Amino acid sequence: MALILNEEQQMLKESADGFLREVAPVEALRKLRDERNVDGFSRSLWQQMTDMGWPGILIPEEYGGLAFGHVGMGQISEACGRTLTASPLFASAVLGASALALAGSEQQQKELLPKISAGELLLALAVDEGPRYDPLAIAMAAKKNSSGYVLNGAKQFVVDGHSAQTFIVCARTDGAVGTSAGLTLFLVDAAAPGVQVERVIMADSRNSAMLRFNDVVVDRDAILGELHGGFTPLQQVLDIGNAHLAAELLGISLEVFERTVKYLQERKQFGVIIGSFQGLQHRAAHLFSELQQARSVVLRALQGLQENHPDRGRQVSIAKAKVSEVAQLATNEAIQMHGGIGMTDDLDLGFFIKRARVAEQLYGDHRYHLRRFAELSGY
Amino acid sequence: MDTTKTQPLAGSERGGQADTADEFRAQVRQWLASNCPQSMQKPLVDFDDRCWGGRHCVYASDDQRVWLERMAVRGWTAPEWPLEYGGGGLSKEQAKILREEMERIDARPPLSSFGLWMIGPAILKYGSDALKKQHIPPIVRGEIRWCQGYSEPGAGSDLASLQTRAEDRGDHFIVNGQKVWTSYADQADWMFCLVRTAPDVPKHLGISLVLFDMETPGVATRPIKLISGKSPFCETFLDDVRVEKNQVVGEINKGWEIAKYLLTHEREMIGNLGKNTAGAKSLSELAVAAIGVDGGILRDPSLREAVARWEVDMCAYELTAERVVDEARAGQGVGAASSVLKYAGTELNKRRFELLLGIHGLDALAWEGEAFNDGLLASQWLRSKGNSIEGGTSEVQLNVISKRILGLG
Repeated sequence: MALILNEEQQMLKESADGFLREVAPVEALRKLRDERNVDGFSRSLWQQMTDMGWPGILIPEEYGGLAFGHVGMGQISEACGRTLTASPLFASAVLGASALALAGSEQQQKELLPKISAGELLLALAVDEGPRYDPLAIAMAAKKNSSGYVLNGAKQFVVDGHSAQTFIVCARTDGAVGTSAGLTLFLVDAAAPGVQVERVIMADSRNSAMLRFNDVVVDRDAILGELHGGFTPLQQVLDIGNAHLAAELLGISLEVFERTVKYLQERKQFGVIIGSFQGLQHRAAHLFSELQQARSVVLRALQGLQENHPDRGRQVSIAKAKVSEVAQLATNEAIQMHGGIGMTDDLDLGFFIKRARVAEQLYGDHRYHLRRFAELSGY
Repeated sequence: MDTTKTQPLAGSERGGQADTADEFRAQVRQWLASNCPQSMQKPLVDFDDRCWGGRHCVYASDDQRVWLERMAVRGWTAPEWPLEYGGGGLSKEQAKILREEMERIDARPPLSSFGLWMIGPAILKYGSDALKKQHIPPIVRGEIRWCQGYSEPGAGSDLASLQTRAEDRGDHFIVNGQKVWTSYADQADWMFCLVRTAPDVPKHLGISLVLFDMETPGVATRPIKLISGKSPFCETFLDDVRVEKNQVVGEINKGWEIAKYLLTHEREMIGNLGKNTAGAKSLSELAVAAIGVDGGILRDPSLREAVARWEVDMCAYELTAERVVDEARAGQGVGAASSVLKYAGTELNKRRFELLLGIHGLDALAWEGEAFNDGLLASQWLRSKGNSIEGGTSEVQLNVISKRILGLG
């Protein structure tokens, strides 16, 4: 597949960019933060996104979606990076919808996908139990009883967990901690008895939740996919998640870079614009070169997912590893080149660097994905 | 990508024209099958496997000579050049089919030359009809080998300050000066050379691109030894060399524009050095072979991460090179792509050799002895240091990016 966007994807990118800049720019996130908004996102923005069909972009048409694919959704993810737009799009329409589409039974898909597509149902994926991404370390137990399973344990850093109605929970039905066999995905109602949700506000002013499960009873048909076979679809869902996080990180990096170059063209010291100093020019040019390469790996990863390429896992790890490092460089350089003003909360740069680090750490930072790349490459 | 799949010719209706592309592909495939010698259906392993042509060409084998002759007769050494000057006269789409069919059977390029890559395209773009008639056909046939007279002892990164003088003597110039870093000057037949034709104007406005035979009296060359050992580079001394006025490419004093056009080509060539030659082992395969694995994991965890980071960066670079081509075909893309690729590609190649030293340890630094391949790796490692200097230093590429793309300066 050629490494360019087709006309429809380009149009979606431009309209998403324009829409988000107008309706949900960084100031919107600042406002949500400052007023300690209960949802952590704007319900009316979510309605507008729903009106445009965004929650259904990855959902098949038969279930009310647009089936537009990952390259298209990736353009929205990138645009959301540029504006730091908070919404349930990632948790529900990317992770949740993909988990159902990959592992759900026909019945589950028929029941839930149209609701996700319509923006009515918000899902959240509960994987990690510690601060550093490690799906094999899942210890949360799901014990069989007469009618189904009983869940006990805790999940951490569940993206948008406090606003979701339904959780997709990965728990251990078999096998030892540290192994992939014996993991099972469950659909759990957030209001089910024994479920405790505690909102954790993160540095990026986005939401994450701590979930506690005390003897939570679910039916057998709450299993998503195969019993003991949850790891494979989970990996695929997280590959999808990581590709869209990489697209978001690309958007963040491009935005802070463009703002920084603009500042270099305006800011005067010693009687000249600071962009005339070669010491800064070369750092900016190096960053430009890195950004070009980040763009290429993100597009290839999205294309790989879209066409179900056999190497897509590796392509995603390449993208997450590369873009995470580029985003670190871009955000760090942005603050340094802006000087003192870059450290102030009045300027938006702080929002970008905070979101960049959270997005990097989610589902594996660059070191994790370099190791995974090596493993998948046979060393 | 499935390169055997047939694609309709661009810009044409589906149907009828697609058959033409199909037919062309079938013809090419058949012709290659009966004309490309078996020994030429093997990936190039090193520089010496290439055929450079020229008056003094020593062919590595009869097959190499035959392969060049057969391709040259069809003009397929320069597939897209016009028929009237001996080129293949193929459309972009047909040339792509030829390329794909050659790649399919690992056919070696029949000819590698600065004529094909650099001065040929420049003459076709800027030269007079007489120059085209004189120089293009021998380039296509591989009869004349060219070298590039650009850098001077006092004009490296600041190439436009070159001092080699061309004095106007009516119908000819008399050229005096010295060129340096002239690749293969000692084996080349003709030189394309930047000279100063107007001394009293701003430096960019007094430069011309001239062509002359290396056998002209007053031309002398001397090879340069590098830290890596022997090299193709030479110093070239020009002492009262007579150059006919009809051997100026484009207009007199307007050579800088052509020079810049050629530098872009050179950048692209050098930037591609980091790419693995087909069939060569990847960095991680070399690391596994030298260091070994434990439970499937490279024994040195710190080297493992460094190798993985390099391979990831290399993927990003290769995908970017691919994207630049795709964007150009679609009429999109940012400028200065060649500067980005030159900068990124050469820095990657240097990193690769530093990692190879880490992988092979002191084996990589043995300088003599058959067991150590006569110091080949050490020599390649040292040679790679020049990649980010030749063809415009990394710093010059960064200047180009910051001025032309970022508007800083």
